Amino acid sequence: MEQHQQEHHHHLPHPEMGPSEPTHTPFRIVSPKTYLIIACCLLFLTASTTAISYVELGVFNAVVAIAIACLKASLVVLFFMHIKYSSKLTKLTVCSGIFTFLVLITMTMTDYISRAWGRW
Amino acid sequence: MDSHTIAAQTAEPAQIELEHPPFLRHHFENLAQQREAATFGMWVFLLTEIMFFGGLFCAYLVFRNWYYPAFVAGSHTLHIWAGTLNTTLLIISSFTMAMAVHAAEVRHRVPLMRWMIVTIILGVGFLCVKGYEWHDEWVHHHVPGLNFSIEEFTHVNPAYPGDKPLAPDMAEKTQLYYSLYFAMTGMHALHMVIGVCLLTILLIRAQAGAYTNGHIAPVENFGLYWHFVDIIWIFLFPLLYLISRHQ
Amino acid sequence: MSTIVSLPDQSTARLPKVSYLNKEYGLKSWLLTGDHKRIAVLYMISITFFFFIGGAMAALIRLQLLTPYADLLAEDTYNKVFTAHGLIMVFFFLVPSVPATIGNFLIPIMVGAKDLAFPKINLLSWYLYVVAGIMMLCVLTFGGVDTGWTFTTPLSTHYLNTNVVTAGLAVFVAGFSSIFTGLNFIVTIHRMRAPGMTWFRLPLFVWSHYAASILMVLGTPVLAITLVLVVLERTIGIGVFDPTKGGDPLLFQHLFWFYSHPAVYIMILPGMGVISEVISTFSRKRVFGYTAVAFSSVAIAVFGFFVWAHHMFIMGISNYSALVFSLLTMLVAVPSAIKIFNWCATLYKGSITFETPMIYAFGFLGLFTIGGLTGVFLGSLGMDIHLTETYFVVAHFHFVMVGGMLMAYLAGIHFWWPKITGRMYPEGMSRLAAVTTFIGFVVTFSPQFILGYLGMPRRYAAYPPEFQVLNVFSSAGATVLGVGYLMPLLYLTWSLKYGKIAGPNPWQATGLEWQIQSPPLTENFEKTPIVTHEAYDYEWLANKTRNEVTTVG
Repeated sequence: MEQHQQEHHHHLPHPEMGPSEPTHTPFRIVSPKTYLIIACCLLFLTASTTAISYVELGVFNAVVAIAIACLKASLVVLFFMHIKYSSKLTKLTVCSGIFTFLVLITMTMTDYISRAWGRW
Repeated sequence: MDSHTIAAQTAEPAQIELEHPPFLRHHFENLAQQREAATFGMWVFLLTEIMFFGGLFCAYLVFRNWYYPAFVAGSHTLHIWAGTLNTTLLIISSFTMAMAVHAAEVRHRVPLMRWMIVTIILGVGFLCVKGYEWHDEWVHHHVPGLNFSIEEFTHVNPAYPGDKPLAPDMAEKTQLYYSLYFAMTGMHALHMVIGVCLLTILLIRAQAGAYTNGHIAPVENFGLYWHFVDIIWIFLFPLLYLISRHQ
Repeated sequence: MSTIVSLPDQSTARLPKVSYLNKEYGLKSWLLTGDHKRIAVLYMISITFFFFIGGAMAALIRLQLLTPYADLLAEDTYNKVFTAHGLIMVFFFLVPSVPATIGNFLIPIMVGAKDLAFPKINLLSWYLYVVAGIMMLCVLTFGGVDTGWTFTTPLSTHYLNTNVVTAGLAVFVAGFSSIFTGLNFIVTIHRMRAPGMTWFRLPLFVWSHYAASILMVLGTPVLAITLVLVVLERTIGIGVFDPTKGGDPLLFQHLFWFYSHPAVYIMILPGMGVISEVISTFSRKRVFGYTAVAFSSVAIAVFGFFVWAHHMFIMGISNYSALVFSLLTMLVAVPSAIKIFNWCATLYKGSITFETPMIYAFGFLGLFTIGGLTGVFLGSLGMDIHLTETYFVVAHFHFVMVGGMLMAYLAGIHFWWPKITGRMYPEGMSRLAAVTTFIGFVVTFSPQFILGYLGMPRRYAAYPPEFQVLNVFSSAGATVLGVGYLMPLLYLTWSLKYGKIAGPNPWQATGLEWQIQSPPLTENFEKTPIVTHEAYDYEWLANKTRNEVTTVG
């Protein structure tokens, strides 16, 4: 038997716990309209990144391409993956992953950039 | 008396069902804890995936810096229509997956199944386009280690008449570009295949009503995985396909 | 109120009727279990098995090095032996040692939960370990691998005909075992703590496992992808590590050490957690500077990611990069030192007794400090040019890993043996074993510092004859060390049947695990505990233990 939930906010019963109990983030149903808007933004950004790549911008081509990719990824992470509505812990988890990845590539590049050999 | 016994004695059957549904595992105190633990666990797993692909992105960064002309030449042999189409397919599939999660949350079984089926079709579509591209690379002798040849790069590329052909030693480096191309898209495709298989299993169980009784976690967390695979492609697309297309 | 209590009279203790050991019988109930305690026992058996294989490899190494010539083993065989020793000891013993055995057993109990967050993934983790172990045994059976445990390119990718691919894949699988263990711990510690169990009431054992789990989850995948690339390089020849195709062998090392440096902290942090518990219990005193010790664990985890290239100073990285990494290496020593200071401060004015776990803990304090300090020598760029790839490095990491980590593991096994099995081990024999291990260790590895400083290279099957005397000392010590490790295997097994029954709290220690029966029930607690006291609160314990029944049946 199917039940229809009309509300967009669900508050699950909070058991009686002391202050140490991990905070429960009330889970929230994101509306289909939001998803549709985000999907359209993503498609638009895809078209733009392809189009911009045909414009001569020198070294900024790569910068713009990565920036648009980061923007698209942020939209997916925030809305499709619900990070915008998630607990601080989840947000911190995502940031720590990105941080470690950045440490990997930047500190490795410190070696490659500062090598005195010429590129061939 | 523990909480379970108390609950059983004082609550109505429907109430017990709500608080102790059959899918509540015994080591969790309540459903909220189980759901949050499952979602958090999936996020931690996605962290490992970020670092897993991170190694490949690191290698890419080093060699793109060193052999930029080779990377440009290699990128120009990829079909931009295929890459853009694939990106579009994946973005739409992310949308349909998010809609599937929504359907599970509002407990609509048939829409849930429909959105899942569309997601599977889009995922398979992606893999078909990828397969076509790989076949194309094979035909053009761009598969490193297996049938690689630098013929094409030492002559003028008709699609990009402005491109100068590469000197033989730089042409050799295109093999590195293709190695990373196959490694990265291959690893991504492997994750897509696993995703499609898992989604099929979830679909079968969804048909039996397993996810429209409040037990949303598997669909929700699979959605996270699917979106993550989409994000990887969002980065692969400009890095592999859009290198210096303006020339 | 005095917190000095002598060990309770064991003669009236009885084994509880129902526990996790006898709840279900049969092989299937063990091989398909979800119970974290049973999985811990499964791990304990497996890693002990691999420890002794790795130990046999060590014995071969020390036998070979008794004489300056490659007369026992040919050079190629010697390469295979030290590679096997390294791979097995690092990936199949040290990395899972405390987390997968003691951690798996205790983390849920210490936080007040009934099990880890994902019991099935826990079981999967063990099966991955077993599969990886079988693959490694196949490697050993079918000709071995001689790259060194570090798989350095281009040797491993282009110049060897041994089982590099299988060994690489075995480590890949073992890595996922580790990742899933870490994932489970992180989710459990965050989300399944009992009511009242705030972060700062957690035992420090939990904090160190949390820090180690972060490293496992973030670092190990990079190793995984690196090994995949090595396999692809060997099989297809993709060229990422091949200079003739434009690749960079050093890229492999960057990616490899990005994991393998945090790996050493994955190995040591859980051991440090054990030491916190043992030192506190056997000096009857709360750990000095709880917050400092807790945060220093996390600091070690974070800083551990910034220093990996100190393994590559002479390999061809740029001097500027080497400078940066050397500076950061100095920083990473600080949190470890903070812990040592805090443990010493815990001892000060404590009521110290010398049970076996405490002997191992004292051994840890001294040996880990020496090992850690020599790490600082190696971290300073100028010294490293002279000392790297010599026996100084070998001595350094054996001091921290064997003198440190292995002693901590044995301390933990002895400390929680009554909880896991319900039985005590024979105290006289165990103290003898601990002292034997300590003496054997010092005699084995101290000469190696001198050898390294004098210039004896590592990973060589033969050496200049002037180094023989020190090598003979080292091998002699290794024999004593081997005896010291065999003894626990024997008396711990003996104690399973004949050991004195331990009650719920033979050490009068604080901590939730000591408030339940030994061995525990499958669901750990009869009812969810509500925590109202701080960690290491011996006064609370003294008030509590007056009239208490904590066994079932």
